[in-house]
Amino acid sequence: MEDMLKIENVTKTFNPGTVNKKTALRGVNLTMKKGDFATIVGSNGAGKSTLFNAITGAFFTDSGKIILDGEDITFKKEHLRSRDIGHLFQDPLMGTAPHMTIEENMSLAYLKASYHRKSLFSSITRKEKEFFREKLSQLGMGLEDRMDNPVGLLSGGQRQALTLVMATMVTPKILLLDEHTAALDPATAEKVLNLTTKVVDENHLTCLMVTHNMHQALEVGNRTLMMYNGTIILDKEGEERSRMSVDDLLEQFRVQAGKELDNDRILLSGEVEK
Amino acid sequence: MLQFFAGSQFITSMELGLLYGLVALALYISFGLLNIADLSTDGCFTLGCAVGASLTVAGHPFLAIPAAMAAGIVSGYVTAFLQTKMGVESILAGIIVNTGLYTINFLAMGSSSNLNVFGSDTIFSLAKKVSKAKWYKKTYTLVILLAIVLVICIILHWFLNTTLGLSIRATGDNENMVRASSINPAFTITVGLCISSSLTALSGALLAQYQKSCDINFGTGQVTIALASLMIGETLVHRGSIMVRTIGVILGSCLYRLIVAIAMKFNMPAEFLKLASALIVTAAIVIPYVKDKAAFYRRRMSRKAG
Repeated sequence: MEDMLKIENVTKTFNPGTVNKKTALRGVNLTMKKGDFATIVGSNGAGKSTLFNAITGAFFTDSGKIILDGEDITFKKEHLRSRDIGHLFQDPLMGTAPHMTIEENMSLAYLKASYHRKSLFSSITRKEKEFFREKLSQLGMGLEDRMDNPVGLLSGGQRQALTLVMATMVTPKILLLDEHTAALDPATAEKVLNLTTKVVDENHLTCLMVTHNMHQALEVGNRTLMMYNGTIILDKEGEERSRMSVDDLLEQFRVQAGKELDNDRILLSGEVEK
Repeated sequence: MLQFFAGSQFITSMELGLLYGLVALALYISFGLLNIADLSTDGCFTLGCAVGASLTVAGHPFLAIPAAMAAGIVSGYVTAFLQTKMGVESILAGIIVNTGLYTINFLAMGSSSNLNVFGSDTIFSLAKKVSKAKWYKKTYTLVILLAIVLVICIILHWFLNTTLGLSIRATGDNENMVRASSINPAFTITVGLCISSSLTALSGALLAQYQKSCDINFGTGQVTIALASLMIGETLVHRGSIMVRTIGVILGSCLYRLIVAIAMKFNMPAEFLKLASALIVTAAIVIPYVKDKAAFYRRRMSRKAG
C-alpha cells in the first residue's frame, strides 16, 4: 500500500545557543502506510508532542523532510497544512472557540472542505446545518439539540467529542491524537476512545495516537511506536505486536533506552499490577 | 429633571451617543472580538475628522465620509501589518501608529492644528433642507445619525455571521482553532482592524461635520471614552445575536453621554470629563472583581463565625 506520511531524519532544537537549549527531535524517521493506526508511548519529554507539532507546522524543522501523501510539506505554512491534518490535544479547550456556538464552531471547521468553492462572505446554509446536526447525532450526546449553545457551556468530554467531529468532518489525510482522552474521567475517556476508533475505522483514516495507557498502546490500532530522547526506539506491528504484553513493552524500553520507563502518568493494565 | 429629558440637551446627548457609539463599535471588534487593545484609536479618530473636514471644506460633504473611512482602513492596515508581519507587540503597534498619525493629521488639515468647516455644506445642513415639518427641524440630526448607525449595525450583523466574520470572531476566542480551520489569523486580524479603524474614522468624519470644526486634539482620550461606552453596553446586553449586542454597545454610548450631560447639569466643568470617563472605565472593570472578592470574604467570615 502507498505511504501516507513519510518523515525523514527530522531534527529540531529549541533555543539553540542559549542555556535553555533543548534538542527535542534527533533524527526521527517514520513511514505510515495509508490506513495505519499507530499508538505512541514514551516518557515525559521524549518528543511525542514535538513530533506532532512538526507535522502540523507549529514550527519549521531544523533539518529533514516531511512528506504527506506524496507532497513535501516541510516548508508549508501551518494554516495551509491544516486542511489535511486533524489535531486533537489533551486539553479539551484547545480545539474549540468557547464563546461561539456549536454550529458556528462546526461551520469554521467545515471551511476546510469548502475553501475554494465557498465565498468568504456566505453564511451558514440550511443544508450545512442539517449536515452538522446529523454528524452531532452520531455522537449520541444530545448535542444536536444544543447547536445554538456556546461551546463554553459543554463539559470536557462533550467538547473533546465535538473537536473529534470537527477534526474528521472533512476527512483528513492524517489524524493526530495527543493524549486526547487523558484529561477526561475514565467513563468519558472510554466513550471518546470508542468514538475515535469508530471514526477512524469508518473513514479508513491514517492516525497517530499518543497514550500513557500501556494496555491501550497495544490494543488500539495496528502498530505501536515508542519514543525516547527525541527518536523512535521501537516500532512493532503485526504478529510481533500482538504477542507483546505490557511487561514486554516495559522490558523493551529498558533494553532500548537503558533505563526504566520513568513516567508518572504511565498507566498499566490490570494484569501487570501485583 | 423631566424638563431635561424633553429638552434639547437630551437630544444633543443622544446625538453624541450615536456619533461616538461608532468608536465603541470599533472597539467592540478590536477589543471585544479580536482581543486586541488597539491604541491607535485616538489618532485614527482625528484622522477621520481631519480628512472629513478637509473634504467638506473643499465642497464634498458626501465624498468626505468614504474618504475618511478609506483613510481609517489604511491606518488599521498599518497597525495590523506591524503586529502580524513585523513582530511588533499589538499594544506597541497601536502606540507607534498613534504617534505617527499626529503628523499625518496635521498635514491632512493643511499643516494646521485646526480647521473650520463653517460656511460649507455638511450632510446635516443638506439634510435639514429636505423637509419643513416641525418635528423634523428639531430632530433631523438625530434621524440621520440614527439611520447611519442602524445601517452600520445591520452590516456588522450580516458580516460577522459570514464565514470571514466567524473567523474574525474566533481569532480572539481561540487563535489555534482558526489556524486549524485553514485560515491565517494574520489575515483575520488585518481585516478586523481595518474594519474597526474605518468605523473610528467614520465617527471622526461625522464629528467634523456635526461640530463644523476639527482640532488635532479631538481624538485625545477617545479610546477610554469608547471603552467606557463598550463596558456600559456589555453590562446592559451581554448575550444575544450580533445585532442585539451592537445595539447594546450603541445604547451604552448613549447612556454614557446622558450621564455626562447630567453631570454637566450639576455644573461639572467640561475639563473634568476625561477624569470622569477614566473613573467610569475603572469602575466597570473593578466592580465585578471587587464583588467576587467580597463574596469570598463574606463566606470566609461566616465560616469563622460558625
